Amino acid sequence: MAMIQSLLAQGFQMMLVLAVAPLVIGIIRKVKARLSRRIGPSIFQPYRDLIRLARKDTVVAHNASWLFLVAPYIVFAAIWVAAALVPTYALGLIFSWSADIIVIVGLLALARFFLALAGLDVGTAFGGIGTSREMMISSLAEPAMLMIVFTLSLLAQSTQLSSIAHYMMTADVGLRVSCGLALLGLVMVTIAENGRVPVDNPATHLELTMVHEAMILEYSGRHLALIELAAALKLTLYLSMLTCVFLPWGIALNGAKLPVLGLGVLIYLIKITVASAVLAAFEVTVAKMRVFRVVDFLNFALMLGLLATLLLFVSRSI
Amino acid sequence: MDLPFALCLVSLLIGAAALVAPVAGRSWASVALYGLCLGVSSLLLVIGLWSLVAMGGGAEAPLLWLPLGIPGQGVHFRLDGLSAFFLIVINLAASAASLFAIGSGRHEHAPHRVLPFYPVFLAGMNLVVLANDVYGFLFSWEVMSVASWFLVIAHHRQPENRRAGYVYLIMAALSTQMLLVTFGLLSGFGAHLDFDAIRATPPSLDIARLALLAVVIGTGAKAGLVPLHVWLPLAHPAAPSHVSGLMSGIMTKVAIYGLVRVTFDLLGPPEWTWGAGILLLGGTTAVTGVLYALMQHDLKRLLAYHTVENIGIIAIGLGLALAFRANGFQMGAALALTAALFHVLNHSLFKTLLFLSAGAVLTATGERDLDRLGGLIRGMPITAFCFLVGSAAISALPPLNGFVSEWLALQAILISPELPQWILKFLVPMVGAGLALSAALAAACFVKAFGAAFLGRARTAAAERAVEVERSSLAAMLILVAACVLAGVLPGLVVDALAPVTTLLVGSHLPNQITQPWLTLVATTPERSSYNGLILMVFIALSASLSAFGVHRLASRRRRRAGAWDCGYPETSPATQYTAASFAQPIRRVFASVLFSAREKIDMPAPGDSRAARLTLTIRDPVWALLYRPVAVAVTTAAEIISSALSLSIRQHLGLVYGTLILLLVVLALWQ
Repeated sequence: MAMIQSLLAQGFQMMLVLAVAPLVIGIIRKVKARLSRRIGPSIFQPYRDLIRLARKDTVVAHNASWLFLVAPYIVFAAIWVAAALVPTYALGLIFSWSADIIVIVGLLALARFFLALAGLDVGTAFGGIGTSREMMISSLAEPAMLMIVFTLSLLAQSTQLSSIAHYMMTADVGLRVSCGLALLGLVMVTIAENGRVPVDNPATHLELTMVHEAMILEYSGRHLALIELAAALKLTLYLSMLTCVFLPWGIALNGAKLPVLGLGVLIYLIKITVASAVLAAFEVTVAKMRVFRVVDFLNFALMLGLLATLLLFVSRSI
Repeated sequence: MDLPFALCLVSLLIGAAALVAPVAGRSWASVALYGLCLGVSSLLLVIGLWSLVAMGGGAEAPLLWLPLGIPGQGVHFRLDGLSAFFLIVINLAASAASLFAIGSGRHEHAPHRVLPFYPVFLAGMNLVVLANDVYGFLFSWEVMSVASWFLVIAHHRQPENRRAGYVYLIMAALSTQMLLVTFGLLSGFGAHLDFDAIRATPPSLDIARLALLAVVIGTGAKAGLVPLHVWLPLAHPAAPSHVSGLMSGIMTKVAIYGLVRVTFDLLGPPEWTWGAGILLLGGTTAVTGVLYALMQHDLKRLLAYHTVENIGIIAIGLGLALAFRANGFQMGAALALTAALFHVLNHSLFKTLLFLSAGAVLTATGERDLDRLGGLIRGMPITAFCFLVGSAAISALPPLNGFVSEWLALQAILISPELPQWILKFLVPMVGAGLALSAALAAACFVKAFGAAFLGRARTAAAERAVEVERSSLAAMLILVAACVLAGVLPGLVVDALAPVTTLLVGSHLPNQITQPWLTLVATTPERSSYNGLILMVFIALSASLSAFGVHRLASRRRRRAGAWDCGYPETSPATQYTAASFAQPIRRVFASVLFSAREKIDMPAPGDSRAARLTLTIRDPVWALLYRPVAVAVTTAAEIISSALSLSIRQHLGLVYGTLILLLVVLALWQ
């Protein structure tokens, strides 16, 4: 019985992130629109877009190979699994120990690897430019992310996200410099990895500035729907990670009762809404960078992560 | 009984080499020889597995003495946990490469230059890990080096192969010289050549430091540690593909075996500085190796540079293990050593797989240049799949095996703040960042390699016409694919098999993995970290099928084919695709403009001028200019001075001899 309950809790989290992901995009678009004095589409518009895309015919280039056809499913599955393993409303779900935070970084790398290959598959110039820039950005963002992972793991003495969140919630963390640096670094990595302004512009269709959009230019119909949903899930994953590590309050603890779990879901929804709104507010205040300025941006994130880790290494007394 | 049987099998290889030499030109010779090599390697693999399992149960390492070699000394052999593990690594890859060559061997246009040396090469590598005395080790090492040198110059009519052979010969000689120094110091200048005697009388600290320096240079030159890596990207691609796979996949591992055997087993208790030195070398090697690889557009050379990177990752593990051991943290040492040895196995699997796939591409198209390939996934779907799995594994992507060793190495780094030395406190996080950077860059590099060779549109007619190679070659690659997946989803089995090895070398081992619930991999304690590749793979497979089913069932399943979209302006010429060089351009601009002084020169014709624009790209390898050129100049200058002495008159010669004699006598008199 306990087994079935924990499986249900895990299954609920998988469905929760899937259901919330388009909403996150919707909220961001709405807030951005309001802040630039437009009315903007409804926050449920991303759901309608996805359904519309999924119902349309899929048009595939003549020379597309099997990799192009399976890549959307692999990308979606890898990101969905990763998002289901990040604590949202409760800690210590039954499969949370099967993957620690390093594995989650690895799963995101797996998704990016296949998406990048799919971008090269048809052999168009846009696919190439998008892929090559995406890999350049990720080759800096991933080490930065791992350095932040190091910082958090050294603080909590664990690489399990559940344990890290639990540590941040209960222990007397206090104001730590490393924590602040890690927070800033993680926000920067979130912006870069999800192709948000100022690194990339998800709304652009101006060819020379596209990165992510250029990579998936050849996709259409249900494949595009899956990739869009995967991108939304990835953003949700990063926001969940940010909130569960740095705003861990309100997450239901291991083995909590149903009302507490319900409260956890509610608090998670509030946190994720606030985080999306803050991200949107940040995006309207900055302008997009040139591609090679992104390098400085990410080097800064990497340095923050490295500094945070070094501080922890050094402050551990003999 | 297993050790004598293993030696009989190795001698069978040498006998086969002698027998095949006169008949190498016959069509059946290659099939018969590679079939025999496959059989012998598989049996040796079974022996290795059997011994390792027996040693897990507490069996003694068998010893054997044979009256060969130096009169009165003989040769000692021993099959302990470390030897058994490397026996498995060598023979797993060797059987796959032999199986590959059964089919593809008939494309070899100079079989008499390959067939006799191939079994000798295998025999040499097997003997190195079995030898238990200085003579046996060095002799087998030289057999391995010389046999591989013959294989490198098999296609000697191409000038770049001759150059590769020349550079390789010099570096191999350096390597053996340095090992000679190492063992000279360790054995008390030849007093006791047996490894058991060396273990019984560990050298003094000064001798041990010198010996460490010599062994790092000696094995590093063979394994490809930066800056001793220069021969590797020249020599490995020059050999026939299955031999390239073995040279990159396992000969470098035999060098790692030498390093581990000497530093962990023979040198006595380490100092933390040794660990720091190897850690620094490893970090440098990992990052520069992958950056070199990104600049390449020759498929086999790119793979060879990735070997350099992976040797760096292994060295990081070994350095950490030494640092932990010097500080008495046995658990940390066991974790870092397990990570390093696991990566040894992983790299031998996926690098052999990648080289065999590259060999299949070379056989099918005759091309190694990525910018003349493209679109091979259509003509060669199985090879493409194999290369894809190898690429994902080497890029450390879950749930494949490359990720597991990377994960273990990161876990080892995460417990290293316990190390008390300040230099290590600064060095280890830096190396951790380097490890993360090299993994991310490796993924970029393999997106480039796979994308340029297998995806997109064919750039040449040869790539357009490519078809799959022989069945046996495909089977060899698929076996390695299966091994990569198995080691990735069931890493606990490998970690458990490594337990006797780490117990032997650092006196501790990781928690027993087979008893963990759901076969989860646990580095130290389950609260700290755990990883389950099996569940992850099942989850990904389930979610992918669920989403495919859901989308097809609930939404549309219609699919139309049309021309590429490309923002409305699809270009028809395959030349407009991104090439390997253009793919690497952003990364080159970020990393290589300082490190390799990469410069782009654009030569634009003036308006109205109809000549083509040109882009010239120059990349310089700083190691050649800074390290090797001065040495080469010094050697040439010295040689010129000495050769001028040859043209002296008889009187001057006699004077020179007389002067030398006086000088030696004076030295002797002062010495006394």
